[in-house]
Amino acid sequence: MRRTLALAVAAAIATAVAEPATARDLTIVSWGGAYQDAQRQVYFQPFTQATGIRIVEDTWDGGIGVLRTRAQAGNQTWDLVQVESEELLLGCDEGLFEKIDWARIGGKDHYIPQAVHECGVGAILYNVVLAWDRNRLQATPTWADFFDVQRIPGKRGLRRGVKLTLEIALLADGVPRDQVYALLRTEAGVERAFRKLDTIKPHIVWWQAGAQPPQMLGAGEVVMTSAYNGRITNANRTEGRNFGIQWRDSLFTIDSWVIMKGSPNRDAAYRFLDFAKDPRRQASLLPLIPYGGTARGANEGLSADLLAVSPSNPDNLNVSLMIDDAFWMDHLDRLSQRFNAWLAR
Amino acid sequence: MVGRARVRLEAALLLAPLLLFIALTFAAPIAAMLWRGVSDAEVRQAFPRTLTALADWDGRNLPGDEAFAALAEDLLAARAAGTLNAAAGRLNSDTPGLRTVVFATARRLARGVEGSPRAAILTADPAWGEVETWGAFRRAGATPTDTHLLAALDLRRSADGTIIAVPEEQRLFRAVALRTVWIGLLVTLLCLLLGYPLAAALVFAPRRLFGLLLFAVLLPFWTSLIVRTAAWMVLLAREGVINQAFLAVGLVVEPVQMLFTRTAVLIAMVHILLPFMVLPLYAVMRQIPRAQLRAAASLGAGPVAQVVRVWLPQTLPGVGAGALMVFIQAIGFYVTPALIGGGADQMLPYFIGFYATQTVNWGLAAALSILLLVGTLLILALFGRFLGLAQFRAA
Repeated sequence: MRRTLALAVAAAIATAVAEPATARDLTIVSWGGAYQDAQRQVYFQPFTQATGIRIVEDTWDGGIGVLRTRAQAGNQTWDLVQVESEELLLGCDEGLFEKIDWARIGGKDHYIPQAVHECGVGAILYNVVLAWDRNRLQATPTWADFFDVQRIPGKRGLRRGVKLTLEIALLADGVPRDQVYALLRTEAGVERAFRKLDTIKPHIVWWQAGAQPPQMLGAGEVVMTSAYNGRITNANRTEGRNFGIQWRDSLFTIDSWVIMKGSPNRDAAYRFLDFAKDPRRQASLLPLIPYGGTARGANEGLSADLLAVSPSNPDNLNVSLMIDDAFWMDHLDRLSQRFNAWLAR
Repeated sequence: MVGRARVRLEAALLLAPLLLFIALTFAAPIAAMLWRGVSDAEVRQAFPRTLTALADWDGRNLPGDEAFAALAEDLLAARAAGTLNAAAGRLNSDTPGLRTVVFATARRLARGVEGSPRAAILTADPAWGEVETWGAFRRAGATPTDTHLLAALDLRRSADGTIIAVPEEQRLFRAVALRTVWIGLLVTLLCLLLGYPLAAALVFAPRRLFGLLLFAVLLPFWTSLIVRTAAWMVLLAREGVINQAFLAVGLVVEPVQMLFTRTAVLIAMVHILLPFMVLPLYAVMRQIPRAQLRAAASLGAGPVAQVVRVWLPQTLPGVGAGALMVFIQAIGFYVTPALIGGGADQMLPYFIGFYATQTVNWGLAAALSILLLVGTLLILALFGRFLGLAQFRAA
């Protein structure tokens, strides 16, 4: 999230200035940019209208250090914060967040199971998908095709880094989604992933920023690439591109709402979460920005156009694999080193 | 006498703000960063009792009960103080999985210790029954430490302290260091081949052409490095300007892959660094009196002899200075290879950035910085030894 959305600090400040904050106002912190603009329209403003509870917005760039410092400072000025899955795990371990009282926000069964965590309520779902330009490639490729340069010649784009690259290699090698991480926890599984990557190594173009894949597809630099689903849909919507998204064996993650420990506005925060859990409201985010809602039924009654781009559409979700952050927290160091060594050869 | 001392004092006072500025914003942060390469504060801070208990552990058998008791105490204290995460991260970069072991054990202990700490810890996670787990603590707890420096050379210490090579598939940095030097040398050589004739042309050019040539040399000098790199991306792309032109004139049948190759990195780096070669060369060449060439001719030297015996030797200080400037900058290049190079074209600075920002392993990032700094200083020393830094001043 933080990569895509960084710039609406000004908007947040403007909001903060327009409504002078007292210590009592509910402070919500999100990723800024176009995403927070959409959140304001779908959640923040309607919430204040419906309940009279004023919201002060802030934005942040992620990083567990920021949350840790704020928790230790004692004077907690953030109440609800949207965090990435890794910060959710770390912060929960360290006791930076309140434990969620699910009874106050509709019970666990109101949400898809992946969105439920001891310390966080899933806010949005988004994926790393296989994307291609339909104007150049008529087929609907899979990861197996991605690794088959005989069948579909041309360069392939992948994010430079070991995370997700190994998963993609195993998926392409025919490993079922539910066995990918179990296999990666073994030496043989890692070996198998690297051997698979060997087969297309000279054909890979490594991207680093989320903005690159749609550019590379558009410029014909690559014939297919891994990409964030939001970037691809946005390129189709705003630049008139005709990019395809392969949901099968895509990898998804969830950003969650957390309540900072010691927040004086806990009750208001729960009221907001209760307000935000409405599936219809969550669905109205999709036309603005293509991130999936986490309530069950958030995709019911959507048009075919929106269903096709929604990460939490059951047809898409059921063929995706959730990124295992606990795995990566343990193994990122060693596997990064090995990946860098592999890349340098 | 008094007057001179006063002048000196005044000069020192005039310089003081600048020196202070440099010390605070440049020297101090660099020193602090380099210190990280040989220090290991996180584990020491979070596990002081454990490290004391491990001080005279042999590294072959499991440590005694007092080490387990100290560990239990440290885990609970660090968890409460919020220092556990940094320490667990540091341990995890040594031994994958230790982060989870540390956190899970701390959580279990926080629920209450029944029986001996040893039994409680071993039940919490069997990893504590392995010697290497404790070895990780000892490796990560020493200051000054050679852990990061060894890692930067693809080496590590086993639990009993012997230095061993890391497994084959984890070896990286020696190859990267060699590649960094190799790319630096290639860029320097190409800059020299292109820059030398250009500098000579500047010296011999008529007035009007001189202005134009100098402008052409300096224009890229004034343009931002990122902008020039981005420009090369546009030019070299698969559907970029160069490929389009090649296709239009029928030079190639289908677009050539130029972006994300070593060639692209060399082209862009040479373009960016060329002024640093041309300017010192020009400065030296300008000082060679033209009359010497005429004198050589009058003594019967042909054009080749004039250049080789009179002109060339006098330009060597410029060659040395230019080559040094280009080479030292080249081995520190980060953005250009990162943006237009492929996976096998990344140099040391890329990995310094990678470990500083991606895996937040500042110790290793600092150790790699030390490697680069020491390499640069060595080259500078060699240069001073064989050519003399006075040459540099002349240029």
